[in-house]
Amino acid sequence: MADLPVPAKTFFDRNFGIRNRDLDKILDAAIGKKADYADLFFEYRRNEGISLEEGMVKNCSQSTSNGVGVRVLAETKTGYAYTDDITIENLEIAARTAQYIAQSRPAQVPAQVGQLPSKAHDLYAIATPVNDVPLERKVALLYEIDKFTRSLDPRVKNVFASIGAEYKVILVASSQGMVVGDIQPLTRLNVTCIVEENGNRQVGSFGGGGRVEFGFFVDGGDYERYAREAVRQAVLNLSAEDAPAGTMDVVLGPGWPGILLHEAIGHGLEGDFNRKGTSAFSGRIGEKVASELCTVVDDGTIPSRRGSINVDDEGTPTGCTTLIEKGILKGYLQDKLNAGLMKMALTGNGRRESYAHIPMPRMTNTFMRAGESAPEDILKSVHKGLYAVSFGGGQVDITSGKFVFSASEAYLIEDGKVTKPVKGATLIGNGPDVLTRVSMVGADLKLDEGVGTCGKDGQSVPVGVGMPTIKIDGLTVGGTRA
Amino acid sequence: MERCELNQDLGRELLDLAKKKGASSGDVVMVEGDSFFVTVRMGEVEKISQAGEKRLGVRLFLGNSSASASTSDISKKSLEKLIDDTVLMARATAQDPSGGLPDVAMLATEIPDLDLLDNDARSIAVDDKIKIALDTEKAALSFDARITNSEGADFSNHFGRVVYVSSQGFAGEYAGSTFGHSVSPVAKQDGAMQRDYWFSSSRNFARLESSQHVGERAAQRVLRRLGGRKVKTCEVPIVFDPEMAASLLRSLASALSGYALYKGASFLAGKLGEKIGADLLTVIDDGTIVGGHGSRPFDAEGLPIKKKVVVENGELKSYLLDTYSGKKLGLPSTGNASRSVGEPPGVSPANFYLTPGKQSAKEIIGTIKSGLYVTEMIGSGVNMITGDYSRGAAGMWIENGELAFPVEEITVAGNLKEMFHNIEMVGNDLEMRGRIAAPTVKLAKMTVAGE
Repeated sequence: MADLPVPAKTFFDRNFGIRNRDLDKILDAAIGKKADYADLFFEYRRNEGISLEEGMVKNCSQSTSNGVGVRVLAETKTGYAYTDDITIENLEIAARTAQYIAQSRPAQVPAQVGQLPSKAHDLYAIATPVNDVPLERKVALLYEIDKFTRSLDPRVKNVFASIGAEYKVILVASSQGMVVGDIQPLTRLNVTCIVEENGNRQVGSFGGGGRVEFGFFVDGGDYERYAREAVRQAVLNLSAEDAPAGTMDVVLGPGWPGILLHEAIGHGLEGDFNRKGTSAFSGRIGEKVASELCTVVDDGTIPSRRGSINVDDEGTPTGCTTLIEKGILKGYLQDKLNAGLMKMALTGNGRRESYAHIPMPRMTNTFMRAGESAPEDILKSVHKGLYAVSFGGGQVDITSGKFVFSASEAYLIEDGKVTKPVKGATLIGNGPDVLTRVSMVGADLKLDEGVGTCGKDGQSVPVGVGMPTIKIDGLTVGGTRA
Repeated sequence: MERCELNQDLGRELLDLAKKKGASSGDVVMVEGDSFFVTVRMGEVEKISQAGEKRLGVRLFLGNSSASASTSDISKKSLEKLIDDTVLMARATAQDPSGGLPDVAMLATEIPDLDLLDNDARSIAVDDKIKIALDTEKAALSFDARITNSEGADFSNHFGRVVYVSSQGFAGEYAGSTFGHSVSPVAKQDGAMQRDYWFSSSRNFARLESSQHVGERAAQRVLRRLGGRKVKTCEVPIVFDPEMAASLLRSLASALSGYALYKGASFLAGKLGEKIGADLLTVIDDGTIVGGHGSRPFDAEGLPIKKKVVVENGELKSYLLDTYSGKKLGLPSTGNASRSVGEPPGVSPANFYLTPGKQSAKEIIGTIKSGLYVTEMIGSGVNMITGDYSRGAAGMWIENGELAFPVEEITVAGNLKEMFHNIEMVGNDLEMRGRIAAPTVKLAKMTVAGE
């Protein structure tokens, strides 16, 4: 087996005394005589959270986790065991437990499990992770944010600000002889405020982050921008009217509204659902699933982004996968198990929340490529509709294809003009159908600010989304005003 | 590295060490657990996972400033570092006049046995667990020819133990177990697919519902969704099935959390003693139910767990508070402290339910000429500060008192403040299937958005 890469090798060797020959021994025990593939996933993770409210930094918390997951694959079967006590003995016990899956099977030649493409990246080389910035500096920034946010508007009654930082070291060793490590820093800053006017209370929230250093928030004054946005949204909601209910033309602003793609398209194109035939997109590669204005990709290689990773949690380098090209469905997002069974190429989308979780196909940064329309022309083309520029969460039912996402900032469009702000409303549509209704795509592609987290099967992973301004002809808006 | 045993002595040792390092008070939470799950799909085992985990967390106060930390590395060296780091962090936080541990007089003095652990079930063989999942899936798949596929079925169990020690002298622990199985069948008709789900969950293995029952119920749920269509945008009476009515109660519990209240981030802030819903709205929070999903012998600050009326005939009787959020509101803790290891306490309900009414679901549906029976909602469109509510929905259209046809790709919208007042009927079908539960509920009206 090749030498472990530095510095992940040194990290686990130094801290846990895990050496190459140990890895070989455990993997041998895991794969036994009947399994197709085995891998070990070592993880060390340090999380820090600092939060301010009512003008006080009330809480600092820190958590440290380390553990190893042992996985064994035999055709469609996965055996998994993990331990948070990293010793050779425990790893051998875990390997034997994971082996259980293959025991009912006759001895055989290993089946093909997705093979490794080459070329790893270095997308987020940072000198000092936010975890290692002196606590005093982070605390001071939160007090500065509190002061600044309150200074923006006298109606601001309370400010909540928080910094989260994660420092994660992973190492994947597989029975195919691969050993890959990565160090994955991640940070996020959020500002939320509550404004009140004549008993009407509203909330506004904004934030950003990525695999970046502390300077990301302070050097260009980004924290001030977050604060201004939070206050602007909260104040805007003070005058928002009830949202309309019914089907109408909807214009989505650039950036975070790309969550539409994540929910309506992305999940439905994950390899596991398609292998099982339970996605509304199953068996539809090569078919037209969107208007020809739409090209949608999942790109895990954009430097410093929250959704980017050098290698996925199975050790596969990330890539840029075209999901839809000019309206035609081109590909799925894959992990090793599903790529192997579907005889498709790996895409670097095998991700997991932690060593305690089994990897599955997940998105990274999912976005629509820019079109040619000027955003103002798109708005002008709408007689009566909704302009939604910011969203909370979304959700999809993979099988029926129905998805929702909830607007947190939206306006009426009347005769081509953006008029009154309306209260948050849920938009609902049908995944395989919604992109066929895209009639204009703007030239203003924007990625989100770096706060997205995706949940699937109880596992959370950081993701990114992006989109130019787009117009959808006829989408159901779930307001109260019938 | 030598790992320490998680026990009350270790907690006391760490708190003594913390005092030497400058902490004035603190508490330690320790959890350990074994978990197992198996998923099967189309009659074959798909995934098996087995593991044991331990975690220890401390919260330390320096006067009224505090910090928290946790680790999965339970070695002496790591725990000493944990204490050092936490003291350092606590020095950087503000002196918060409301901070601190609860009064000694508030602490639980006895730890009731709530029958939370089914120890005998530790000996169930893996093959038997696999069989439960296989049987559950089979019951669903064999129910109807239109059920052609499956997202799989699973069986899972967890055995856990919690130890809590605080520097005022409280030390207690308890163990618990949970078992569950579920299935997600996929049905197909006229080229369109639908998926649904059903489950059973219990702290006692023998009390799980049978594979046959869970599988058939999942099958019935997915079949009734076939052929779903949109309806015209309208304002109609709404019936929430028990699972969906429970989600309304989850929103109520969030709005009654002391943290949301003192921050002014809840539409129920300042409403204690006021009428917040219809007379039919009586909500109980009871942590003392024997074998209950949300039962616990003491809360996450060592306070006794009680049964209390939260809303009585529409009048708000109690918030859900821990010591800190209580102090902020000038009220005593309600014994609802909960926490993740290494985090400061938060608030959660114990077993939180809407008391049942007299009519069956069928009778309730029978009162509606034209309306919607909601069996699924998706999305997060609930604004806790204003009560504005807008979520994606699916269910059955009601015509002349009967379920007429399935509907989908619609939203239901309203405002929780009005929705609780608009409760017109409450069903007699309460089942404590989880820690938050409700019977069927009818609301006078909501806006349905469709075509």
